[in-house]
Amino acid sequence: MPSGLLSRLDAPLLPIVAGLLVTFAVIPAMADDYWLSSIIIPTLVMGLAGIGLNLLQGYAGLVSLGSAAFMLIGAFSAYNLILRVPGLPLPLVLLISGLIAAAAGVVFGLPSLRIRGFYLGASTLGAQFFFEWLFSNFTWFSNDSQSLTISAPRLEILGYSLQSPLGRYFLAASVTVLLIGLAFLIVRSRLGREWMAIRDMETAASVLGIRVARRKLQAYAISSFFLGVTGVLWAFAYLGTSDAHTFNLDKSFQVLFIVLIGGVATIFGNFLGAAFIVLTPILLDRVVLAADLSFLGDQGALTNLQRIIFGAIIILLLIKEPDGLSALLRRARQAVRNRYAG
Amino acid sequence: MSFFLETLITGLFAGLMYALVAIGFVLIYKASGVFNFAQGAMVFLAALAFVTLVEHGFPFWIAFLATAALMVVVAILVEALVLRPLRNRDSLTLFMATLGLSFVIDGTAQFFLGTDVHMLDLGIDDIAEDYAGILISHFDIVASLIVVTLVAVLAIVFSKTRMGVSLRAVADDTLAAQSIGIRLPVIWRIVWSVAGLVALVAGLLWGARQGVQFSLSLITLKALPVLIIGGFSSIPGAIAGGLIVGASEALADIYLGPLVNGSVSTWFAYILAVAFLLIRPAGLFGDRDIERV
Repeated sequence: MPSGLLSRLDAPLLPIVAGLLVTFAVIPAMADDYWLSSIIIPTLVMGLAGIGLNLLQGYAGLVSLGSAAFMLIGAFSAYNLILRVPGLPLPLVLLISGLIAAAAGVVFGLPSLRIRGFYLGASTLGAQFFFEWLFSNFTWFSNDSQSLTISAPRLEILGYSLQSPLGRYFLAASVTVLLIGLAFLIVRSRLGREWMAIRDMETAASVLGIRVARRKLQAYAISSFFLGVTGVLWAFAYLGTSDAHTFNLDKSFQVLFIVLIGGVATIFGNFLGAAFIVLTPILLDRVVLAADLSFLGDQGALTNLQRIIFGAIIILLLIKEPDGLSALLRRARQAVRNRYAG
Repeated sequence: MSFFLETLITGLFAGLMYALVAIGFVLIYKASGVFNFAQGAMVFLAALAFVTLVEHGFPFWIAFLATAALMVVVAILVEALVLRPLRNRDSLTLFMATLGLSFVIDGTAQFFLGTDVHMLDLGIDDIAEDYAGILISHFDIVASLIVVTLVAVLAIVFSKTRMGVSLRAVADDTLAAQSIGIRLPVIWRIVWSVAGLVALVAGLLWGARQGVQFSLSLITLKALPVLIIGGFSSIPGAIAGGLIVGASEALADIYLGPLVNGSVSTWFAYILAVAFLLIRPAGLFGDRDIERV
């Protein structure tokens, strides 16, 4: 088991990125616009959000219940940057929005220097409610629009428009490749290893000379950077129009579900978790339609039926698959390998 | 001045209601170490079941007992289907499981009982009376008497009865309690049932105040800062925390709100809780070690 873990950590980065590039280049050939805009883009973006939280929670062992707050900061930062700084290229907008979210992450990560465990949830939950309130109460942030919504600006890179589903897909996919690469670099660097040391035994880590406080704040900063960039993509590449309540507590819990269902301390597991979060409601919709369950009640009742099933699946997954869906995948791969190596 | 006092007192009464929800959390947290996010859903389920029975013509006591029985059934199911398979897992997993549980409970409640908003009349007038120049609602006074009675009953049960002593043994040292023959699953079932009954009382009082509707299940979110301020494992702490949150929230809304362009009640309690955490990490009355750096 330890050797398996090590080999996964040490696998060279280049093949991963190359594999991703090929996959992302092939996907548009197989998927139509509906698949791109309703399934693949949200899965990629939520998977990235999962990576953001997983860096903090899975690798550094710090709790956050307010991931969506940092996505929200990213989205509103990008909106205001594009609106108020004309001519700022999109990659820079993404970068700066991420950095603004990172700064907020450091502030709300400060209590982690004094407290540990579940109690940390209070601070990030505070961030969740505070920023939702801030961006819906001060209309300056949404350019004084009546509905308090922010709409996607014209997305373009070097003059190429990214307005079509395909364009938005390429935006999301290229950011995904870059951030996955960055995440792998981070978790394999000294920083990532020190996070894991702090997670596994903080006292020992500090005895070894790891600067715990600095590392924790870096975890909040980097996690929030990922979430901030993700927020921009969610608001502009996926939804188009959003407001502060797009990034509410439910969204934070979704990100948390993604991490737990996909697999704690994994990178690709987050995309499995995201696919689960995105696909389950769609599948449940289809099942309800196909099975013609309308005799059970009206639309409201069916929505609640879906809620019940979704909750039950989550409990079942937590019981049956403690290491998340990525463990399932790993076992399957191992089984195949054993059969053919054997 | 009397306006300040009125705001303060209204806030304190609201805080007592927060405390009522927080007590349900404390019971479960003490016995099983679970932060039960589904407590709010249980409040909603209890209120909705009760109001549906009353609307179908059942007398108050029958409806009350039937709903209480329902909450016991819920407790037994939760123990068998969620807690037992997940024992020995980390607290975050358990928390997420109760989040899933809250979907199941409020989904089930609305699936069978509908999504309409129900008015609930407990026969207590909600009219303000003048006490020494300060207007206080009659309802608030009766509600706080109910809360005080409930807490007194709980305190007696936990200090005098065999079950209560077993529960405190489990909370103190689970392994030692098991080794002297206390059966953990039984304790869990009892504690979740008691938390269900507390949820029923909370549901009736909250429901009478703001109507029985889905938003009842969101009062869970008010309970977390209350618990942090009071300590996760102390019932007196939950009450003190509730009063502090209720009062400071009401005052902040009136005096701070206008300065920042709107109600601050969604987040104020959390910032207050974080401040408390930094100064006094175990909460006012908490006895369990908080993991401190």
